[in-house]
Amino acid sequence: MSNKISETLTFECETGNYHTFCPISCVAWLYQKIEDSFFLVVGTKTCGYFLQNALGVMIFAEPRYAMAELEEGDISAQLNDYEELKRLCLQIKKDRNPSVIIWIGTCTTEIIKMDLEGMAPKLENELGIPIVVARANGLDYAFTQGEDTVLAAMAHRCPEQNLLIDRKKVTQDSNIKNLFSFLSFEKKQETTNEQLEKIKKNPPLVLFGSLPSTVASQLSSELKRQSIQVSGWLPAQRYTDLPFLGEQVYVCGVNPFLSRTATTLMRRRKCKLIGAPFPIGPDGTRAWIEKICSVFGIKTEGLEKREEQIWENLKDYLDLVRGKSVFFMGDNLLEISLARFLIRCGMIVYEIGIPYLDKRYQAAELLLLQTTCKKMSIPMPRIVEKPDNYNQIQRMRELQPDLAITGMAHANPLEARGINTKWSVEFTFAQIHGFTNARDVLELVTRPLRRNNNLENLGWNDLTKKEKKNKI
Amino acid sequence: MKLAYWMYAGPAHIGTLRVASSFKNVHAIMHAPLGDDYFNVMRSMLERERDFTPVTASIVDRHVLARGSQEKVVDNITRKDKEERPDLIVLTPTCTSSILQEDLQNFVNRASITSKSDVILADVNHYRVNELQAADRTLEQVVRYYLEKARRQGTLDQSITKEPSANIIGIFTLGFHNQHDCRELKRLLQELNIRVNKVIPEGGSVKDLQDLPKAWFNLVPYREVGLMTAVYLEKTFGMPYISITPMGIVDTAECIRQIQKNVNHLMSNKKVNYESYIDQQTRFVSQAAWFSRSIDCQNLTGKKAVVFGDATHAASITRILAREMGIRVICTGTYCKHDAEWFKEQVQGFCDEILITDDHTKVGDMIARLEPSAIFGTQMERHIGKRLDIPCGVISSPVHIQNFPLGYRPFLGYEGTNQIADLVYNSFTLGMEDHLLEIFGGHDTKEVITKSLSTDTDLTWNSESQLELNKIPGFVRGKIKRNTEKFARQNGISNITVEIMYAAKEALNA
Repeated sequence: MSNKISETLTFECETGNYHTFCPISCVAWLYQKIEDSFFLVVGTKTCGYFLQNALGVMIFAEPRYAMAELEEGDISAQLNDYEELKRLCLQIKKDRNPSVIIWIGTCTTEIIKMDLEGMAPKLENELGIPIVVARANGLDYAFTQGEDTVLAAMAHRCPEQNLLIDRKKVTQDSNIKNLFSFLSFEKKQETTNEQLEKIKKNPPLVLFGSLPSTVASQLSSELKRQSIQVSGWLPAQRYTDLPFLGEQVYVCGVNPFLSRTATTLMRRRKCKLIGAPFPIGPDGTRAWIEKICSVFGIKTEGLEKREEQIWENLKDYLDLVRGKSVFFMGDNLLEISLARFLIRCGMIVYEIGIPYLDKRYQAAELLLLQTTCKKMSIPMPRIVEKPDNYNQIQRMRELQPDLAITGMAHANPLEARGINTKWSVEFTFAQIHGFTNARDVLELVTRPLRRNNNLENLGWNDLTKKEKKNKI
Repeated sequence: MKLAYWMYAGPAHIGTLRVASSFKNVHAIMHAPLGDDYFNVMRSMLERERDFTPVTASIVDRHVLARGSQEKVVDNITRKDKEERPDLIVLTPTCTSSILQEDLQNFVNRASITSKSDVILADVNHYRVNELQAADRTLEQVVRYYLEKARRQGTLDQSITKEPSANIIGIFTLGFHNQHDCRELKRLLQELNIRVNKVIPEGGSVKDLQDLPKAWFNLVPYREVGLMTAVYLEKTFGMPYISITPMGIVDTAECIRQIQKNVNHLMSNKKVNYESYIDQQTRFVSQAAWFSRSIDCQNLTGKKAVVFGDATHAASITRILAREMGIRVICTGTYCKHDAEWFKEQVQGFCDEILITDDHTKVGDMIARLEPSAIFGTQMERHIGKRLDIPCGVISSPVHIQNFPLGYRPFLGYEGTNQIADLVYNSFTLGMEDHLLEIFGGHDTKEVITKSLSTDTDLTWNSESQLELNKIPGFVRGKIKRNTEKFARQNGISNITVEIMYAAKEALNA
């Protein structure tokens, strides 16, 4: 296979034999984000074992998630799945009393065709607790896409914003009042117009994507500086605080893996999608804010200076990464945005592996990647969808990148062969969005490089036995 | 359906993969959806493996669901055959693939025509056996496959070695202190002048499996994995096996006496006698016997403990505590439900109560009810102990990375008795120290320390920033607070808002 890097963005697709987390892992961060939720993963021991090992210590903290572990009787339909789920959900209601139960469908429920979507509304009525169904299975999705399926399902539960009805009601009210008091009519009319005027200027903006609350408020305050008010987040801190959605509402994504959610918001909830690069790195954050402002017809203020200042603060880390090369094996869909940021930092990206690429949802990000490459006069990296880890390791052996961003299955073996690695999973759990957190991304990226500065001269970088080295 | 938060033993395919990847040059291919190759992460992280885990997945996706795997599995097997040239490829079904009911055996048959490697299908039922049972089964399956193959090809040599020799069966990857135990067992056998014929599966080659019958006897240190193989070898080749776990002084001696019996059975001329070796080791090499007499251990007399773990470790530790240290085991239990009868028999008379369950909440409730002074269990019991303020020593899987120590920490043999004595003693003294601290109201310096860390401040945090500060995880909150206040002072700001907090973060690079 040739490793030539061409001048334009090239998209390739390999076999899909790659390592990634199962999408049910999204419960790990979503149950913490949505404080009044309970996640019930309907699956087998395999799913449970994965969660228990992937989430490590969290499992001991009485988490608000559990497995509905399917047994032989469930598989062969000797047990009535509705009754079984009802029994478990009643137990959950009694023990935890959540505001919403989210059922996570898995590979097994797909294969035995368990009708979760059909059962949920019935049980919801009986139980008096909303039940949201998300099919986050390994047959269809990878890792972070799990969040996408949950948020897409949740988008259906957001209350409807209908300004026309609101206005009519206000007018009616004031008409009634008018009968008694002439003065109050005029005043009321005025406020209604004012409201409409205000909405025209700054229409409701809902941001989607689950972020730690600190990061969410950082991004909100970043927009506030440009006098844009964020009217809500999907998801909010609590299920009961889901944002209003409707025809007048603009929506914008904060993460690159939310294409289903975006589609649902546009098609089913009639929202207007703002397609922007994602606020990862100072360049991405600025482009993201600029795009939102341009849609609202607002001229940005002091943004350029702010970006410059952030870059200034990153100087020590930039000196470390400049000219170094990176190889993304691909497993969490953040790869395009991260690669774009790292190229802007002066790094060379050999390959961007990515599980799935929605070229429409990521269009603005891809464009920014392209212009960044031109600006930095660096050849365009190849983008490999559904990569093949075995082939990737062969390519890496040839290219010898300074850094491989990879899953935990490959990290230690690569380190033993003298290739620096950074676990890709950390990027999903760390705070990487907005101006404020740009440094955290580089903190992660430079960690292996800084470690090397300490250990470099000890002469034991290659720690494999000779016979084995030749194989990979 | 079962509401489950946590499980002691993993799903069946994990057991199969553990056995397969313990052998040298054996590759496992899982028939599984994306994300089920989590085993690779466990092995690479917990065992800190330097080599790529020889496990790949033949991915089951939407297309496979609609049309079946067709050529995919066969292609993946032949591809792996060409890439890695393994001796054996084990096709491993997962719980997902087993409900698809594809004819995996047919794929294996087809693939073995074209590939140079041997190919077998792991024979485990996902809904009936757990990780440990599956590992036991797979090991037996692999051994049987190669011995029958050797018999067919006429290469099977059934004569035994000249000098006494033994196979060690059941040492494998991700096993609790298995590597250290293996080294200790080898040393023990060497000191008894017994050659180690083969160790399987860890580090073994499937090509050498036909040499298994050359040994005089088999040693199966753990109850969970290896027994099926030993029973098969006994039935087919008349090889005797020893299944007494050499853990603790009494059982190690018993195990050595069994070895003596087996060796003498086949010795023609002079008989061996290990009694003086046992005596020497017990009284002077191992410190555990002396420890039991020492005044320290006297203080442990009658202290209450609870034990929980896999059948092997829970049974052995229960007997060590009760018989060798005079500690009162108020309850002992195991999650190996399939082996309950054996377990009950083993701990009979050494404890007050027996608990057989794989539900960790039952174990937690039992511990809360009995309030022991120390727990000996798995990582789960360690966390239960943390919550109840009871010290815990970890004696069995499932475990975390800290139970794969770099230093030498066997649980078996005479060095193992030392390690166990330390573990038990340290758990109890820590508990006692805690207790004393509580009686005397803690360290008296506590107050002063907090005072010097707190800042007398002229700064005010508004309610919003206070709220934001509280959202920050506890362990970094203090640092963020100090940094923000430092930044505010430098800039002559007295009222701290959320914006100031962010600005401080940016400015101080924290």
